[in-house]
Amino acid sequence: MATPMRVSEIIDQYFLEHRAKTLDLAAFLDRHDRAAKAEGLASAEASKDVRVRALLRALDLLRDGHPERARRILELWSDHSTAPIPAAPMKGAIGAVELP
Amino acid sequence: MYIDPHIHMVSRTTDDYQRMALAGCVAITEPAFWAGYDRSSAQGFVDYFRLLTDTEPRRAAQFGIRHHTWLCINPKESEDLGLAREVLAEIPKFLDRPNVLGIGEIGLNKNSRNELIVLEEHIALAKSRGLLILVHTPHLEDKLKGTRLIMDAIMAQGIDPGRVLIDHVEEHTVRLVLDRGFWAGMTLYPDTKCTPQRAADIFEMHGTDRLWINSAADWGVSDPLAVPKCREEMRRRGHLEAVIQRVSFDNPKKFLSQSGRFEVSCSCPTPR
Repeated sequence: MATPMRVSEIIDQYFLEHRAKTLDLAAFLDRHDRAAKAEGLASAEASKDVRVRALLRALDLLRDGHPERARRILELWSDHSTAPIPAAPMKGAIGAVELP
Repeated sequence: MYIDPHIHMVSRTTDDYQRMALAGCVAITEPAFWAGYDRSSAQGFVDYFRLLTDTEPRRAAQFGIRHHTWLCINPKESEDLGLAREVLAEIPKFLDRPNVLGIGEIGLNKNSRNELIVLEEHIALAKSRGLLILVHTPHLEDKLKGTRLIMDAIMAQGIDPGRVLIDHVEEHTVRLVLDRGFWAGMTLYPDTKCTPQRAADIFEMHGTDRLWINSAADWGVSDPLAVPKCREEMRRRGHLEAVIQRVSFDNPKKFLSQSGRFEVSCSCPTPR
C-alpha cells in the first residue's frame, strides 16, 4: 500500500513540522552545551551520556542515503542481547543502550 | 465509527468517554496494567478486576461505548513471584465475566527471568482456557529483545499466533511480529511508541493485514483521541475510507470477535 501523496505534497504538508523539530534538536544540544560549559563538563559531541551519544549517532543515519531510517535508528538504540537478565533493576527504560 | 482496542479508562475522566463518543468510538478494550505504583497485595488486584469487569463497563455504557477487558498481573509487578502467583490464582474467578476477552496485557518489561516465568504461566492459563492473548512489549531499548523473547515463549507452548495480538510494535518490530503469524498493534503516543504519522507510514510500508491502531491512553502522556487523529492523518494523505475503516474498525473487530464475546452495540445500562 503505497503512500497516495506526491513528493511535492509531502514536502508541502510536513516541512514546517520537521523544520520545527530540527530546531528543537539543535536547541536541545545548545542547551546541553551551555549547561556543560557552566559545569565544566564535556560538550554533547564528547558526552559520556549514553542517550546523548545515541542521539548524535542517529544523526549519521539520517544522512546516509539508505532507506528505512526509522527502523535502523530504533535498532541502533536497541539492546541486542538475547538472554533474560537476572532481575529487573528498575521499572522504566532510558531510550538507548551503550553503543560500540 | 471506530474501536480503540487498547485504552486504560480507569486512568481517564468521564469527559474523555464523552469526547471519544463524540469522535465516533463505539467500543473499547481495557487491558489490566500497572497503575503507576506497585500494589501491596493480591487483594488490590481483585478490587482492580472488579472495577474492570463491573464499574468501568457501566461508566462506558453511559456514552454508548461497549467496554471489554483483559486480565493479568502486568510484567512491571512480576518480579515478586509470590505475589504474581497469588494474583494468577485469582484471575480464573473473573474469566467468566461477560466483558472479559482474554489474558492481557501480559509480556515483559525489563526482560528479566521472573518476568519471563510469570509470562509463561499466563500463557499456560490462556491455553488451558482457550483464551485470546494481548501482549505488552517492552519500552524503548528493551522492545526488540523483549518482542523476540515473548514470541518464542508463546510459540513454545503451541499457541496459535492468529489468536495473539502483540502490541506497541514500531518500525523495528512490526515485520518480525507479522512474519510469525501474530497480529500487531501500533500504539499512538506523542513522545514514545508511534505518532499517528509514523503509524500511517507503517501501514504504507507493511500493509493493513493483521495490524491495528490504539491509543493506550493512561495516566501518562497520552491521548484518548489518538485513533481518530490517525484516521484524520490517513484521510489527509488521501487513503481510501475503506482502508481507514479497515485499520480502525474492521481489523480489531475481526481479531476480538475470536473471543466470542466482543460486541459493538451497547445496551446502555443504568449507572449505579
